[in-house]
Amino acid sequence: MDFSFTEEQTLLRNMVQSFVSDNYDFDMRMKIVRSEDGMDRAIWQQFAELGLLAAPFSEEMGGLDGGPVETMVIMEELGRGLVVEPYLPTIVLCGGILNRHGSAAQKEGHLPGIIAGENIWALAFNEPQGRFNLADIVTSARAEGDGYVLNGAKAVVLGGPWADKLIVSARISGDQRDRDGVGLFIVDKSADGVSTQDYPTVDGGRASEVTLENVTVSGDAMIGDAGSGLDILEEAVDYGIAAICAEAIGHMKMLNDATVEYCRTRKQFGVPIGSFQVLQHRMVDMFMEYEQSVSMTYMVNMKLNEDAAARAKAAAGAKVQIGKSGRFVGQQAVQLHGGMGMTEELNVGHFFKRLTMIDTQFGNVDHHLKRFAAA
Amino acid sequence: MDVDFTPEDIAFREEVRSFIEENYPKHLGSLDRGDMTKEDLLAWHKILHTKGWVAPSWPAEFGGTDWTVTQRYIFNEESARHGTIPPMPFGVQMLGPVIYTFGNQEQKDWVLPGILSGKDWWCQGYSEPGAGSDLAALKTKAVLEDDEYVVNGHKIWTTLAQHADWMFCLVRTTSGEKRQDGISFLLIDMKTPGITVRPIITIDGGHEVNEVFLEDVRVPARNLVGERDKGWTIAKFLLGNERSGIAGVARSKKAIDRLREIARGELENGGPLLSSADFSRKIAELEVDLTALEYTELRTLAAESQGQGPGPESSILKIKGTEIQQRITELTMEAVGNYAAPWVPQLDVGDNYLAIGPEQSHGVSQTYFNTRKTSIYGGSNEIQRNIIAKMVLGL
Repeated sequence: MDFSFTEEQTLLRNMVQSFVSDNYDFDMRMKIVRSEDGMDRAIWQQFAELGLLAAPFSEEMGGLDGGPVETMVIMEELGRGLVVEPYLPTIVLCGGILNRHGSAAQKEGHLPGIIAGENIWALAFNEPQGRFNLADIVTSARAEGDGYVLNGAKAVVLGGPWADKLIVSARISGDQRDRDGVGLFIVDKSADGVSTQDYPTVDGGRASEVTLENVTVSGDAMIGDAGSGLDILEEAVDYGIAAICAEAIGHMKMLNDATVEYCRTRKQFGVPIGSFQVLQHRMVDMFMEYEQSVSMTYMVNMKLNEDAAARAKAAAGAKVQIGKSGRFVGQQAVQLHGGMGMTEELNVGHFFKRLTMIDTQFGNVDHHLKRFAAA
Repeated sequence: MDVDFTPEDIAFREEVRSFIEENYPKHLGSLDRGDMTKEDLLAWHKILHTKGWVAPSWPAEFGGTDWTVTQRYIFNEESARHGTIPPMPFGVQMLGPVIYTFGNQEQKDWVLPGILSGKDWWCQGYSEPGAGSDLAALKTKAVLEDDEYVVNGHKIWTTLAQHADWMFCLVRTTSGEKRQDGISFLLIDMKTPGITVRPIITIDGGHEVNEVFLEDVRVPARNLVGERDKGWTIAKFLLGNERSGIAGVARSKKAIDRLREIARGELENGGPLLSSADFSRKIAELEVDLTALEYTELRTLAAESQGQGPGPESSILKIKGTEIQQRITELTMEAVGNYAAPWVPQLDVGDNYLAIGPEQSHGVSQTYFNTRKTSIYGGSNEIQRNIIAKMVLGL
């Protein structure tokens, strides 16, 4: 049993941490969020130069051969800075799918561009009617010639406005919520028939509603076997869950530290409010929620490589924990900061908003409780 | 013990309901609160004033109604059912009772009519950066020079001060040994030179609250309400009134109806979310808690109608009422699933904005984030628990 990090992992953490603290303070972050593009392309290039975009990919592709723990370390540190750049959709979700299931041609064709920071990807898997059910897919992929024609609508595609490539889930065969018959397709966002409606999200990110109207793709745009897309998608989402759990513990740590510090210095009734036992116990509860979340984050990241059932159960359990803890820590951090916690000027509310969205992202507590029970 | 309504009460309900249905401005229903102008916010207030219903809780001699407690309850319930914009609370609920209880005749004559008609918009100058839960720590200073107070200080969380014509303000007139002594209650014209209002944008993207800076603001001495240095009594009286009605039972009922409607329209695995056992159970739990709060409020009202003023028990209404409001907004956000994510801060909404997702999802996240304020304002829920511990349990 060993929960320690290797020297390389510690160096990686230190590097990301100092990059974020040097280049991504809260003012900078808000400037980026409020800019027209909503992300900083120069920062993304620096991520490439630092090797962050190469971390999880194999050496033969120009990657650094990192595993879930490396991704976890990076995401946690990006979480501390509330970084909005699309590490999750590009590297963890789409990069992960290509890396694990792409053909040799797909990997060679796409991974170098991702690693170099030249291309940004987004995973278009939600549908307006689908809620959190990954299999609830109306978007159709009709075989035509050696390729497919895609038609349908994809909802809340995170990072969509920045992406030049999409991975789209679509139904090749079967009924609307069947497990079988789902395909994953690489789609150029600039392809004929793809249109998007872009918008900001609660947590400072950007997303798109994507409409596909007779979009033709070639047969080699499909990832994996025809009809096995759901297995690949579920696995990708579990990797995504493990990554946002790490991001969330970064948020919680920042909120807890800020709250303790605030209660130490804020005086009412002639004493620091941190001297009130009711607030002390509240902060102890926040601390315990954080520690439990760290444990579940480590747990899920260690189990990502296990078989699908074990992985699913681990991811569902971790997501439940993070959803509940993130909600509690976020709400209480605002509460203990009083009116200040309600202001746009302070970072506390922004961490709270991101944690709130993390609860919804990839399915909320209820969804994953059911999944955990069924697994 | 009896909770049935009399035939007179039932007839009164009908009268209120049809008055609201016939007279509530139609265009207000389709507006978001954040997009409303001052005129929008006051439109219903003015109609109620014409009808004589704008301040039901005031004694009739000052322009209130002669309604029984039950009738006031029915009026609130019907207003909430229709989702009307309540009359501006700063005047009607907060300042009015202060003036007819502590004010002199001259003050009654000029303040009360302006509140009732909606001519004067009041804001509340209570909190300061160093005086939140600990209100008595306030530092804004008023020094008497001839027949004017010269006021210097900094107020914060001043709700809707951007619209205000006047502010009722707690100021320190004497630095005594006991902090509660030496506070005075002053009425300040917001057009007086030296007043600067700076907006505070909250995490829901809205502009409700402000900072108010006062720099050598000269206020006529006759604008002092009650005795100089004895304003703390008035301040506490006002806070007691602020808490009554804060339970918001009728509005929470309406919000639960809306939540159920949303959950009926949202799909989960092809069926309505409302059919999900987990989700409907959560709504049921909320409704049970709300029913308990409703009966607690009715018990308080009944006691009030027998001449007992709102005591420290009203802290229960504040705590439970706001917790329920927060849970409703949270569950409503949960109901819309992925469409909680689009962000449409009220400030940036332009003509070219295209709505994202189903209509019922619009603004639910903003409402959730905005509602986090309710356990902080009006005396945080921690402070309310202290009040109960001290005043009710004697701890």
